[in-house]
Amino acid sequence: MDTPHEAGYDAGVGTGESSPQSVMPRPSGPREARPKDKLHVRGIHVRYANAVPVIFRTRNFFAGAPSSDMVAAMPPVVSIRNLSKTYASGFHALKGVDLDIERGEIFALLGPNGAGKTTLISIVCGIVNASTGTVLAGGHDIVRDYRKARSEIGLVPQELTTDAFETPWDTVSFSRGLFGKAPNPAHIEKVLRDLSLWDKRDNRIMTLSGGMKRRLLIAKALSHEPTILFLDEPTAGVDVELRQEMWALVRGLRDKGVTVILTTHYIEEAEEMADRVGVINHGELILVQDKAELMRKLGRKQLILQLLAPIAEIPASLEAYKLELARDGHELTYTYDTAGERTGITALLAALAEAGIRFRDLQTEQSSLEDIFVSLVGRHK
Amino acid sequence: MSFNHHAVIAIYNFEMARTWRTIAQSIISPVISTTLYFVVFGAAIGARITDIGGVSYGAFIVPGLIMLSLLTQSIANASFGIYFPKFTGTIYELLSAPVSFVEIVVAYVGAAATKSIILGVIILATATLFVPLEVRHPFVMAGFLVLTAVTFSLFGFIIGIWADGFEKLQLVPLLIVTPLAFLGGSFYSIDMLPPFWRTVSLVNPVVYLISGFRWAFFGAADVGIGISLAMTLGFLAACIAVVWWIFRTGWRIRT
Repeated sequence: MDTPHEAGYDAGVGTGESSPQSVMPRPSGPREARPKDKLHVRGIHVRYANAVPVIFRTRNFFAGAPSSDMVAAMPPVVSIRNLSKTYASGFHALKGVDLDIERGEIFALLGPNGAGKTTLISIVCGIVNASTGTVLAGGHDIVRDYRKARSEIGLVPQELTTDAFETPWDTVSFSRGLFGKAPNPAHIEKVLRDLSLWDKRDNRIMTLSGGMKRRLLIAKALSHEPTILFLDEPTAGVDVELRQEMWALVRGLRDKGVTVILTTHYIEEAEEMADRVGVINHGELILVQDKAELMRKLGRKQLILQLLAPIAEIPASLEAYKLELARDGHELTYTYDTAGERTGITALLAALAEAGIRFRDLQTEQSSLEDIFVSLVGRHK
Repeated sequence: MSFNHHAVIAIYNFEMARTWRTIAQSIISPVISTTLYFVVFGAAIGARITDIGGVSYGAFIVPGLIMLSLLTQSIANASFGIYFPKFTGTIYELLSAPVSFVEIVVAYVGAAATKSIILGVIILATATLFVPLEVRHPFVMAGFLVLTAVTFSLFGFIIGIWADGFEKLQLVPLLIVTPLAFLGGSFYSIDMLPPFWRTVSLVNPVVYLISGFRWAFFGAADVGIGISLAMTLGFLAACIAVVWWIFRTGWRIRT
């Protein structure tokens, strides 16, 4: 099941099949107009498939270093095999998902609303029963050995579901007990301090702000010292400052050896945070890729030349450029690496002039994560 | 880790904290309403009613009043305790925790029953202020108190899981339990009814609870203590079976 993901990815990017017609500018977005020359495709809002708006940004994509290579040899901390879920309503939320999460990585599960992200997390955490398939968490079967499996896991739900009348201190202590750990006031204090909730420890939860409540849910999830943390849409409806805080917090946890699995529909978040990215849509995992690998592929750009007169074949003198001929000989595509010292564009243009091929227009296209995503999601409709 | 006692303690304490936090609603209001029953039925009307089986009417209604509160409060406490996390969504934590259904039931039902028992004792103490009371079989009385509190807390737990709205949460106590409790001989002996209605009363399970409890107080009752005990235990077994089925199938809890 691993190869189809790769194949899906390569088909989407390698042949440049991304479908620009499905990328429509969203009038209400902050940067509504899609640049006509397509030279700087970033920070736009797109509409696709079920018209779910997703924010894509390619900025900051080159930040961060791969780390999952180093731990790849260890057994996966979460191992999902052939996981399917059909709800009583007949809705097929997951369709045979296979996924391994490596110990110590940050894994981002990316997909539009209703793609199956929350169902996947809910099954692993024990809230929803799977229809078929097996899941091992920390090496323990989540059904047969649920006590050991669940003791390893902390879950931060998407909704701000907290009690109202209890205090942060009480509710975090409660969570620790619920997960079978003996009381440890020192640990509770540390968790509350780490999440800047110490000053609020004796206040009623209902008096806390939304950001504090979200941090409180994280504190509850960390109360029993889990080795695997699930964050379901951790930054949905969270302001920019808090989002940065959240990211810093998650990185801090990873540094302490906690494996973090987060779901998001912000590509930006996956880019910013993850060591690996999985794209899920309509209950199928359609791409699992190391982020560094993804970045490398994203570094490629295409120069598209519209020819004045169609040519039947590419002249032998241009063979070195690995050009592709399209649209009945009206279009030449040159793929190059933006990260390279030389892009080869100048030489190519000179060679074209020498070969007597004239063009009336040219454009460049960057195969961004957005393009991959749109093409993948569109393909799997 | 065969029994997650930390979780049981955590849930139990959480539920009891709710009791103390809502002390007025939880304890004081049942005490006030029970006092009103004493004033109306015991003093005002009871003074004109002759003794029943050698027991003054004021004393006669004490076991019935305690049972009435025990039934309604056990159901209310337990149903609310499990329904509220479902309503707010905080049940996610319970479902994702390494706790078995036995532990969940022990903790929730234990807390609800504890609260009801405290309430029963308070009502009993309040009653002694109004009427002279002596309990013939204190251990049997205590046993019936605990058994009834546990049984009806289980029943309430089932209602709390079944309910998907606040209306349903009120429906069963209001439409079924309260009428059964009133018609179960809280305020009269079923021997006082015409033969037909006396026979009808015998299908009311609450009759056996109140009768057994009254036997513990006065050594005499409408039906034999053995039958009372058997009926109560039977209802307890039925509730346990339903709860077992609920957790086995994940009905209304896990999709």
